[in-house]
Amino acid sequence: MTDSAQKMTEDLLRPLLVTSWRFYVVVLVLFGIVLLGVGAFAYQVDRGIGVWGLNWPVFWAFDITNFVFWIGISHAGTLISAILRLVNAGWRRPVTRCAEVITAFALMIGAMFPIVHLGRPWLFFWLMPYPTERQIWPNFRSPLVWDFFAISTYLTGSLLFLYLPTIPDFALVRDRTTGWRRKVYGALALGWRGTTRQWHRLESAMQIMAIAIIPVAVSVHTIVSFDFSMAIVPMWHSTIFGPYFVAGAIFSGIAALIIAMAALRKFLHLEAYLHPVHFENLGKLLLMMSLLWGYFVFAERLTTWYGNESSEMSVFWATQRGSYAPLYWTMVTVNFIVPVFILSFKKLRTVTGCVIASCGVVAGMWLERFLIIVPTLSHKYLSYSWGSYRPRIPEILLLIATFGAMGLLYVLFSKFVPIISIWELKVGEQPEIEDAEVTRDEASTLWRTNP
Amino acid sequence: MAARLPAMYGLFEQPEAAQLAFRSLRQAGVAESDITVISSEPFEHFEFSHRDRSLTLFRLAGIGGVLGFIIGVSLTAGTEVAWPINVGNMPILAWWPNLVIIFEMTMLSAILTTVVSLLVTARLPSRAASLYDPEVSDGKILVGVPLRSDRTPDAIRRALDAAGALVVKTAEFQK
Repeated sequence: MTDSAQKMTEDLLRPLLVTSWRFYVVVLVLFGIVLLGVGAFAYQVDRGIGVWGLNWPVFWAFDITNFVFWIGISHAGTLISAILRLVNAGWRRPVTRCAEVITAFALMIGAMFPIVHLGRPWLFFWLMPYPTERQIWPNFRSPLVWDFFAISTYLTGSLLFLYLPTIPDFALVRDRTTGWRRKVYGALALGWRGTTRQWHRLESAMQIMAIAIIPVAVSVHTIVSFDFSMAIVPMWHSTIFGPYFVAGAIFSGIAALIIAMAALRKFLHLEAYLHPVHFENLGKLLLMMSLLWGYFVFAERLTTWYGNESSEMSVFWATQRGSYAPLYWTMVTVNFIVPVFILSFKKLRTVTGCVIASCGVVAGMWLERFLIIVPTLSHKYLSYSWGSYRPRIPEILLLIATFGAMGLLYVLFSKFVPIISIWELKVGEQPEIEDAEVTRDEASTLWRTNP
Repeated sequence: MAARLPAMYGLFEQPEAAQLAFRSLRQAGVAESDITVISSEPFEHFEFSHRDRSLTLFRLAGIGGVLGFIIGVSLTAGTEVAWPINVGNMPILAWWPNLVIIFEMTMLSAILTTVVSLLVTARLPSRAASLYDPEVSDGKILVGVPLRSDRTPDAIRRALDAAGALVVKTAEFQK
């Protein structure tokens, strides 16, 4: 092994083998935040869903916002990673696993909320397709059932997409550890040896998975948008919602990825692997998505305004200059104005610049989800049914806890699994055929073949 | 319990040397399928990596997709016909919404088939004492051959040494 490969392996395995007191402090703090959410949920189960701010006519608010938001964040990983794998972008190597992990955990967190939102979550199994004396079977014409199938498929695919390329790294850890660690990593490595056949099968499988997961990822957020657009409700019943949601999901996903990578770089000292150029490239993607998001918002707003349909205009004006206007214009500022300004200039497209823009985008995209749901529900067709919504403490705690849970799961994952794919990084270090230093003259002609 | 076979292998620092060993063993009369090359990273540009290429996984994924499609159609259409529910003036067999479920089932099945095919064709998980050396995870490349009665260990050792093996070892493994 070359010195650089040796150093790479040591650097990336260090977080697994060495534990500092900072790790325990971070875990403790994040666990505390998660406990707050668990407490809020327990309180809700005990007292009933009335402890939330939900009231007629707004029956969907924070929790469905959280659901849509976290499913959106999940587009950071598998989709971006799959696209970068398929186009064989060399700079993807240190990024892919960091991204794929976000998908797995964000999906788990997001998928929890429809159950939390049931009111009586212990009866969640009533949603399952099983024959009962009630003679109720899933109605395949309901977008909520589509959600179940889409999210299950995406979660299964994403977990496998994350796990498969980790197998060789588990084998690496297995060979470098002893005791219980060796047993655990040995089991996770499935007896991987690294024969040429295994490498080929793994790479073929990853290619197929990448091809399959992209349409699934697009379908997931399109289907989440169908939860709204299939209803004949002002500002929801729109054909633009599918692509609009997908674009927003990728947008928030990239932002989350940038924040996660910056945190890993800082706290795990991965400066040698997560270079400023990775942030610059992701920053450019974020800029592109910000412009695309702006385009979608403009198209949606202009069409509504031009149509001047009274029920839609009541929602429209509530967000443009009514009670939701402060949230709306904050969203426009942090999703469009700030990122476009920061990321358009190469000088500002630094690690710090990208992180500032991304924090804004994550907050802005949560607001966007909220503003899609709540103003519409509070301004339906007839003005006598209008209402308002104000969140209560249990909902706010649940929202905060989701961020704590994401952080906690991410920290624990990076403690037990190499957060950067070591073998893929090594492949990236291999010399190109034209530049390779061939030690024996005949090697270049006899042994090496074109890829 | 599977019979254990003796094997001889060399550890190499560079892929070029491993390739030379691969070629020397072939010239010494060892069949390509008998030569095992193990590394901690794939070396796609080298000839020894090319012999195991196959489109099997792609074909199986396609078959899995078709299977998923059939399951999706059966699940949606079968349920709707068996338990007809009238919803909003839609037909009982509503193909547009069913397409969503059918698509997800198709992709899920293709994904699961890919993973199962990977595990089966790559012979994972495996607890057999296969030919392996932990030094592979330190970046060494293992090139090995099972020792059979028709092969002289000396010829194999010579071929591995001549290619620049750092060390040549013998071991027993389960075929």
